[in-house]
Amino acid sequence: MSILVNRDTRLICQGITGSAGSFHSKQMLAYGTNLVAGVTPGKGGGRFEEKVPIFDTLAQAVRETRANASVIFVPPPFAADAILEAAASGLPLVVCITEGIPVNDMVRVKQALRGSATVLIGPNCPGIITPGECKIGIMPGHIHKKGRIGIVSRSGTLTYEAVHQVTQMGLGQSTAVGIGGDPVHGLNFVDCMKLFAADPETDAVILIGEIGGGEEEDAAEWISRNYRKPVVGFIAGATAPEGKRMGHAGAIISGGKGTAKDKFAALREAGVHIAAGPHELGKTLAQVLKA
Amino acid sequence: MKIHEYQAKEILRGYGVAVPRGKLVANAAEAIAAARELLQGRAVVVVKAQIHAGGRGKGGGVKLARSPEQAGELTSAMLGMQLVTHQTGPAGQKVRKVYVEEGMDIARELYLGITLDRATGRNTFMASSEGGVEIEEVAAKHPEKILRASIDPTVGLAGYQARDLAFGLGLTGPAVNSFVKFATAMYSAFLATDSSIVEINPLVVTKQGEVIALDAKINLDDNALFRHQDLAALRDADEEDPREAQAKEFDLAYISLDGNIGCMVNGAGLAMATMDMIQKAGGMPANFLDVGGGADEAKVTAAFKLLLSDPQVKAVLVNIFGGIMKCDVIAAGIIAAARQVDLKVPLVVRLEGTNVNEGKALLKGSNLAIIAADDLGDAARKAVAATR
Repeated sequence: MSILVNRDTRLICQGITGSAGSFHSKQMLAYGTNLVAGVTPGKGGGRFEEKVPIFDTLAQAVRETRANASVIFVPPPFAADAILEAAASGLPLVVCITEGIPVNDMVRVKQALRGSATVLIGPNCPGIITPGECKIGIMPGHIHKKGRIGIVSRSGTLTYEAVHQVTQMGLGQSTAVGIGGDPVHGLNFVDCMKLFAADPETDAVILIGEIGGGEEEDAAEWISRNYRKPVVGFIAGATAPEGKRMGHAGAIISGGKGTAKDKFAALREAGVHIAAGPHELGKTLAQVLKA
Repeated sequence: MKIHEYQAKEILRGYGVAVPRGKLVANAAEAIAAARELLQGRAVVVVKAQIHAGGRGKGGGVKLARSPEQAGELTSAMLGMQLVTHQTGPAGQKVRKVYVEEGMDIARELYLGITLDRATGRNTFMASSEGGVEIEEVAAKHPEKILRASIDPTVGLAGYQARDLAFGLGLTGPAVNSFVKFATAMYSAFLATDSSIVEINPLVVTKQGEVIALDAKINLDDNALFRHQDLAALRDADEEDPREAQAKEFDLAYISLDGNIGCMVNGAGLAMATMDMIQKAGGMPANFLDVGGGADEAKVTAAFKLLLSDPQVKAVLVNIFGGIMKCDVIAAGIIAAARQVDLKVPLVVRLEGTNVNEGKALLKGSNLAIIAADDLGDAARKAVAATR
C-alpha cells in the first residue's frame, strides 16, 4: 500500500515536449512509471521517444489512454490553465511541478477546484513517489527504497535528505510527497497526514515544514487529536529575517506570523519528535522507532 | 517587488482610487514650484521622503510645510539624508526622491488593505478603525478591531461586502458611498496589477466626508511581472541591496544577511536549514543563496563571485544534495569557480546524493584547500571554526 500513486497509476505529462517535460518524462519512464500519454497543443499525433503518444488536448489523451493522473511541466504563464484542463477532464490526481505561477492565477484555480474530485499536488513541488511503483516528478528515483515510512515536505531537497537517510537506515518509504513552496497550493499537510493515517503500510511519518503560513500548525492540531503513529518533524527557517521571501514564494514571515518558533512549538505540543537539524531526521526516527 | 508611494498612488489614481494631488520633486526649486501650486486652497502641503521602507513619519521623513519656501527647505534637508526607520536597519536608507502633496482636512484615520489569506487561498480585505498604526500591532492587541471581507475571485468585491466594511468602520452619510467606491476601485487596481499587497494606511475621511488615501503601499507579485512590463519598469535598483539586485540577473535566489559565512545551497528549504545550522553552531550566515536544482558550472561560478563580493565573508559553506544534478558535475563547477575567483577564504563543502564518491574524489584531487564535511551539522561546525 501507499498513498495517491501506485503501480495502477496511468500518467499523462502535460508539456511533454518542453525541455523540463521531456527530460523528466525520460527519467520517469526509466524508473518504470506507467507514462501513457503526453500533451502539447499543436503536436498531437506524434510520439515521445517513439513510444508515448502525444495529444493536442488533455481530454483526448484521457479518452484514448484511460489515464488517471497528470504531471504538469508547462511554463508559468500557462500552468494554471493546464491545471484547470486536467481538473475539467476529471483526473483524480494532478501534480504541478512548475515554479513561478502568479499567485492570483492560483487563487482562481483554487476556487475552481472547490468541490471538485481532483486532488492537486503543488505547484512548485518535486512531486510524489511510491518507490518501486510510480515516480511522478523530478526527484532522483534511485535514492528511494520501498518501505514503511511516509514523508511529506514543502521543500524538494529537504525531502531528498529525509528520503536518503531513511534509505541508508534500510527502512525505505511507503510514499514521499513534496507539497510545494507556494502560498496557494493543493494538497496540504493535514490532507497528507489523513492519507498516511489510513494507510496500513505506513508505520511512521517524517514531516518537514518551513516558515510562512499556518499549515504546520494546522497539521500539529490534527496530529494531536487524531494521529497515533509516530511523527518526526523539522521546520526550516528559524533564522530567516522577517519580511524576506526565502526562495520559495511562500517562505516568508509577515507581521510576526509564520515563524519557525511557533511551528516548532505547535509540533512539539502535538507530540511530534523534533529533529535537531535536517541531518538528524533519520537518527531521530530510529530513536523513536526503537523506543 | 516593492515600489514607491508616489508610484503606488499614480497606479491607484489610474483605477479611480481617490488620492491627494502631489508631485515628485528632485530639488528645492521644484519643491517650491510644486508647493505653490498645491497650496492653492490648502493650508499645508506634506513633504514626504520616498524610500521603500515603512515608518517614515517617525524617522523624520514626513513633514508639513505652510509655505512654498518651507517646502523647499524641508526638501533640501531630506534629499541625501540617511532615513532610519524600524524597517531600514540602523544604517538607514538614503533619500533620493521627495514627494510633495496637498494636505487634507482629516476627520478620521482608518486602515484598509488587501492581501492573500493563505488559510483560505483567497484575497481578503482587512479594515480597521485604528488608522496610522501598524496593522500587525492592532492584530496583536485588538484583533476584534480588524474587519475582514474574503473575496470570491469569480465574483470580485461584492457591493454588500464593501458596505459591511463601511458601516463596520462606523462611517455615515456620504462617507459610506465614498468608501464603497474607493474599495471597489482599489480591488480593481489590486487585481489588474497582480499585486501581493495594496495597503492604505492611513485611509482618511475628510471633514467633507470624502474617503482618500493619505499613504499607499503596493507590493507586486514577482511571479506576475512577466505580464506587466510597465510595472516591472518601476523597479528602483537604488532601493535594493546591490548583491540581491545582481543575483536577480543570474536568476539566483539570494538574500543578504549580517554574518560572515557565505552559503551556497541547492533548494530553498535546504538553504534555510543551512543558515539555521550555522547559527546553532555559534556562527552567523552572510546570506541565503539557493542556486536551484539545475545549477550548472556557469551558475555555480556566478554564485561564488557573488558570495565573495561581500567583504564580510570569512568562510564559504557549500551544501549540495545532488539529485538529478550529479555531485561530480557540481564538484567540477566548484573547482572551476574557486580557481577562477582566486578563493582566499576557507571553503567547506558538504556533498551528498548522486555520484557523491566521484564528487568527493574530484574535490580531493583538486589541490584546493577544501574542508570536506560529512553532514550538515559537521559542515556548519567546520565553517564556524574556520572563521575563528
